[in-house]
Amino acid sequence: MKYLKNVVTLQHDPEKCTGCGMCLEVCPHRVFEKSGDKVVIGDRDVCMECGACARNCPFEAIIVEEGVGCAAAIIMSFFTGEEPTCG
Amino acid sequence: MAKTCCSGSGASVRRIKKSGCCGDAERTDEQTSTCCKLQNQTPVQNASGCTRAAAARFNAKWVTGRIATPVGDVPQVVTKLTFSDILGSWKCRWSIGRMDYKVEPGIYAVGTPDADSPVLVTANYKMTFDRLREQLDGLNLWIVVLDTDGVNVWCAAGKGTFGTEEVIYRITNVNLADIVTHRTVILPQLGAVGVAAHEVTKQTGFHVIYGTVRAKDIKAFLANGLKATEEMRTVRFTIGDRAVLTPMELVGVSAPLLIAFGVLFILNAVGFGHYGRADFCGITGAVLTGAVITPIMLSWIPGRAFSFKGGLLGLLWAIGFLFLNGLPSVPVFGWLKAAAYFLLLPSLSGFLTMNFTGSSTYTSLSGVDREMKIAVPVMFFAAAGAVLLLLISDIIRLTGGVII
Repeated sequence: MKYLKNVVTLQHDPEKCTGCGMCLEVCPHRVFEKSGDKVVIGDRDVCMECGACARNCPFEAIIVEEGVGCAAAIIMSFFTGEEPTCG
Repeated sequence: MAKTCCSGSGASVRRIKKSGCCGDAERTDEQTSTCCKLQNQTPVQNASGCTRAAAARFNAKWVTGRIATPVGDVPQVVTKLTFSDILGSWKCRWSIGRMDYKVEPGIYAVGTPDADSPVLVTANYKMTFDRLREQLDGLNLWIVVLDTDGVNVWCAAGKGTFGTEEVIYRITNVNLADIVTHRTVILPQLGAVGVAAHEVTKQTGFHVIYGTVRAKDIKAFLANGLKATEEMRTVRFTIGDRAVLTPMELVGVSAPLLIAFGVLFILNAVGFGHYGRADFCGITGAVLTGAVITPIMLSWIPGRAFSFKGGLLGLLWAIGFLFLNGLPSVPVFGWLKAAAYFLLLPSLSGFLTMNFTGSSTYTSLSGVDREMKIAVPVMFFAAAGAVLLLLISDIIRLTGGVII
């Protein structure tokens, strides 16, 4: 199932990428694809900004603003003034 | 819907480890026995070295024996779930006791593992632990249970408790390096959100391999030389996945709903309001549409935004509800209230489905932000307009005696 288009903050730097494949292993929505001896972003609109790829890239080739895709959390953060969080 | 999310202590910072004898990884054997003497307890030789927690780990109903290791005994767990386990999971789905449904962290054995057996890592939410062990029948392996404050893998990883720090701490604390000769730990793929594999390797010498998303694929994964297929690594959100989450949505909305009905009841009691069965039906129907029906039907409803899907079905409900109550001729509660419900019911339904984003497996924060920027003002003003119309209708009836 797909959510909104052209919103996610996912960025991949081909200069820093070594093609280690960790992002391929961890992504729950298979956003990344092999391309030659490196990795590229395939379908960026299925990304849910969980941050697993960025956290497991030893070369810091991936940036994403990770956060909870939860309307209730965003509503709560409006009142607490903090980042949206689970519970 | 505040507590539909996972939550342990409520603090966004990781809990400080309890001080004292139990829980301190740097402790010597001599210190352990001194501690135990001070507490008048008989020292229990076990792999984690902690006495009070050790008793809890060995006494659990689902522990069936002990496996001896160079660092002490390890509890051996049952792989068949009992009625009590199944009932426990069912209760969690209805939000009964789910905040305190834990397994003691530490190392456990399935079957008769030895120094070459694989090591799986999991969270200490008992439902997680049950979902895992019921898939391990016939295998021989070790399970390292992390202290995630009783929260499941995905949520804990998001919060950081199923995290690099805890993985490193727990591997050290259970003396894993002295129990197995290999240097590999298998983590659930969804734990990757909180764990930097390369950091764990740097600090513990253990190589992290991410296993499958679903526990039911673990056997095939292990048999296949730790290779996962694309499907095993993909998170889905099937109708079954969605359906089991709807009781929580109902539980979350039940308190505000009862308060709302209470307000209507009071308005009736003071003679200002005239709310009856039809009104209660309309509102309840919108709640069910938004919290249960739309989530279950999610993939078949047009639109990407959850609020749109909920609003669409809410609109269908509103129209159907009005037809059931007199439309196309005069509705039983009047035109003003009919207009009010035409605005209110889709808004209510849309709002409830929008809150299902937190339970979904594919919405991004950026996406929900964008959805809300449009949906929240629309629903707010529609609902506010509806309340205004309801009040005006009540006032006209009160002062003029007619239903408009």
